Amino acid sequence: MSKITIPVRKFDAVIVGAGGAGLRAAIQLSEAGLKTAVLSKVFPTRSHTVAAQGGVSASLGNSEEDHWHWHMYDTVKGSDWLGDQDAIEYMCRKAPEAVVELEHFGMPFDRTDEGKIYQRPFGGHMSNFGEKPVRRACAAADRTGHAMLHALYQRNVRANTQFFVEWMALDLIRDAEGQVLGVIALEMETGDVVAFHAKATIFATGGAGRIYYSSTNAFINTGDGLGMAARAGIALEDMEFWQFHPTGVAGAGVLITEGVRGEGGILRNSDNERFMERYAPNAKDLASRDVVSRAMVTEINEGRGCGPHKDFVLLDITHLDPATIMKRLPGIREISIQFAGIDPIKAPIPVVPTCHYQMGGIPTNYHGQAVNPDGSTIKGFYAAGECACASVHGANRLGTNSLLDLLVFGKSSGDSVIEAINADPKGLKELPADFADRTLARLNRLNTQKGGASVNETRLEMQRTMQKHCGVFRFKDMLVEGVSKICDIEKAVHLTEIGDKSQTWNTARVEALELDNLIEVAKSTMVSAEARKESRGAHVRDDAPDTAANPNGRDDEVWLKHSLWHREGNRLSYKPVNLKPLSVETIALKTRAY
Amino acid sequence: MEAGAELNRLRWRCTRRAMLEMDILLGSFLDKHYAGLTPEQAAVFVALADMEDLELWPLITGKRECENSLQAEVVAMLRNVKVK
Ligand SMILES: Cc1cc2nc3c(=O)[nH]c(=O)nc-3n(C[C@H](O)[C@H](O)[C@H](O)COP(=O)(O)OP(=O)(O)OC[C@H]3O[C@@H](n4cnc5c(N)ncnc54)[C@H](O)[C@@H]3O)c2cc1C
Repeated sequence: MSKITIPVRKFDAVIVGAGGAGLRAAIQLSEAGLKTAVLSKVFPTRSHTVAAQGGVSASLGNSEEDHWHWHMYDTVKGSDWLGDQDAIEYMCRKAPEAVVELEHFGMPFDRTDEGKIYQRPFGGHMSNFGEKPVRRACAAADRTGHAMLHALYQRNVRANTQFFVEWMALDLIRDAEGQVLGVIALEMETGDVVAFHAKATIFATGGAGRIYYSSTNAFINTGDGLGMAARAGIALEDMEFWQFHPTGVAGAGVLITEGVRGEGGILRNSDNERFMERYAPNAKDLASRDVVSRAMVTEINEGRGCGPHKDFVLLDITHLDPATIMKRLPGIREISIQFAGIDPIKAPIPVVPTCHYQMGGIPTNYHGQAVNPDGSTIKGFYAAGECACASVHGANRLGTNSLLDLLVFGKSSGDSVIEAINADPKGLKELPADFADRTLARLNRLNTQKGGASVNETRLEMQRTMQKHCGVFRFKDMLVEGVSKICDIEKAVHLTEIGDKSQTWNTARVEALELDNLIEVAKSTMVSAEARKESRGAHVRDDAPDTAANPNGRDDEVWLKHSLWHREGNRLSYKPVNLKPLSVETIALKTRAY
Repeated sequence: MEAGAELNRLRWRCTRRAMLEMDILLGSFLDKHYAGLTPEQAAVFVALADMEDLELWPLITGKRECENSLQAEVVAMLRNVKVK
């Protein structure tokens, strides 16, 4: 029996995360009359979903003919066939309904002259199974994510969702049978540690891009949901797949949109050469994200990077008419001045490929239920959004499919919870006696640690290691060495020391706890990447090149399978990709070429 | 609330924002300039940090006008903070 107890609050459901996915799930639950708690590290409308500008995809066909089946085809192809085709069909079929629903919640979409939702073209969106570009992205000016979050939040306020703001969930509560019974969380303002005991727990904690040194993700993206799941014995799926954006500002990571190259921006190396002409003679600087990113890394690796450390390339728009820059790319000028100290009208912007989006995560089915390696569901546990792996993005996400993922699987996870609670009207299952022990031991360790490592330095070391050993272009020896380095860094993480031992607003403690989560994500990424000996989507290895037998280095014979990383024993297992859609024929394996 | 806790709360609200741009900018400002502000300027900064990113960014880039000269003064300092 455990000696220490903590306060327990009881709910029908607890949702961790108040971004797009968490808020969409919460609407389902609260409107169904369930007593729902939503925990967030920040005020809901400060969640990272705000940063999404490009839009959300749905085959509404408002501007020209479109079909969910074409959207599905693009998504499977984009995923390099690693996405599960049942989940992809589900998402693409539900997309029009999800977007129209959002409109009814008050989302101010841009409109056509006839008052329909306006749709614009976006990379990878094609009609008629890859034939020609189609307008499928719905947006609210350049503030789609912001508008979406506000619409969802208002709807939740109306439905009486109970928010716990500036609370950090620390661990999942799981009993001996593996059922999830809620979370343990820390209230930052008081330092109180409280159990949220619930019939259902939904994770919607977002991404973990801060494992990399150069990342477009805000500081909040520390992968807490993944860390908590891993510590609770839940395997993480496809963690080797991270999408990199070719143009993040060197040093800061801040995103420079693709639109800059669309308007005529050119990438140059230290010889002032337009090097993309060599890598992609036709598309040049407008080739797809992964092609451009790899070319940039090759230039840097071969010594043609710029700057004192030769570690970036230049994005040049100095040849464009300043009036065009001011008119078409105003935000970019401001960002370069602010974060690179450079006015792009006068000088080129230093850029590097930058970590942008996590394709892997907590394994779920398309109902938003978390699943065991054998496909059976984990009772009481659900996940949606960037922290989940349904898997619709497979080895590479298609732009605008992420916001769609939040809406569709946010809702389906909510519906699954309602169904489960209705089917089992019994009260809450009892908490095991020792449910808080592990968490309290972790907190106690932090409070008493002497002579340990600094949180900031250890985090930086981890980020540099990930960037160098497991970046956009991967090398066998570097990966092997990376695994051993990350394991060393993990040891330091378990010995971090903080100076501040206070209760109220102890941000040093919170950052140390975030690092506990980051390291699980970093380790699962490095280990999964080292093991996957092929190139697929965003995972590209130097020793798995493009050959006649394995175009693009993809090896379907051996590697058409999902990775599952198990924290216990630091081991991997694999499970098959679901190539069987719900109602249509399988989208057969093909070489991914654009 | 104690001064240390107050500052930590401000630190959290400056460095756990919706957009990376704002994490970097407000975080750097807090480290480099906050301690040197007058109480009036500090109060304005706290209010700015409480704004949403998409309200604050247009102030910083000059797309939206500041409410008064004191706010303009702090926004100008924020705009000029060296993040590199
Ligand atoms: C710069 C940028 C631009 C993008 N543009 C697009 C785009 O145009 N289209 C598109 O489809 N996708 C885009 N994406 C991707 C997309 O924005 C994200 O994948 C998506 O918004 C993630 O939403 P989410 O609900 O899963 O998580 P988030 O919105 O990140 O929310 C996570 C929530 O979890 C909470 N949380 C996390 N950990 C804890 C914890 N321990 N305790 C309590 N609460 C916790 C946070 O407080 C937050 O409320 C973009 C991403 C970036 C970085």
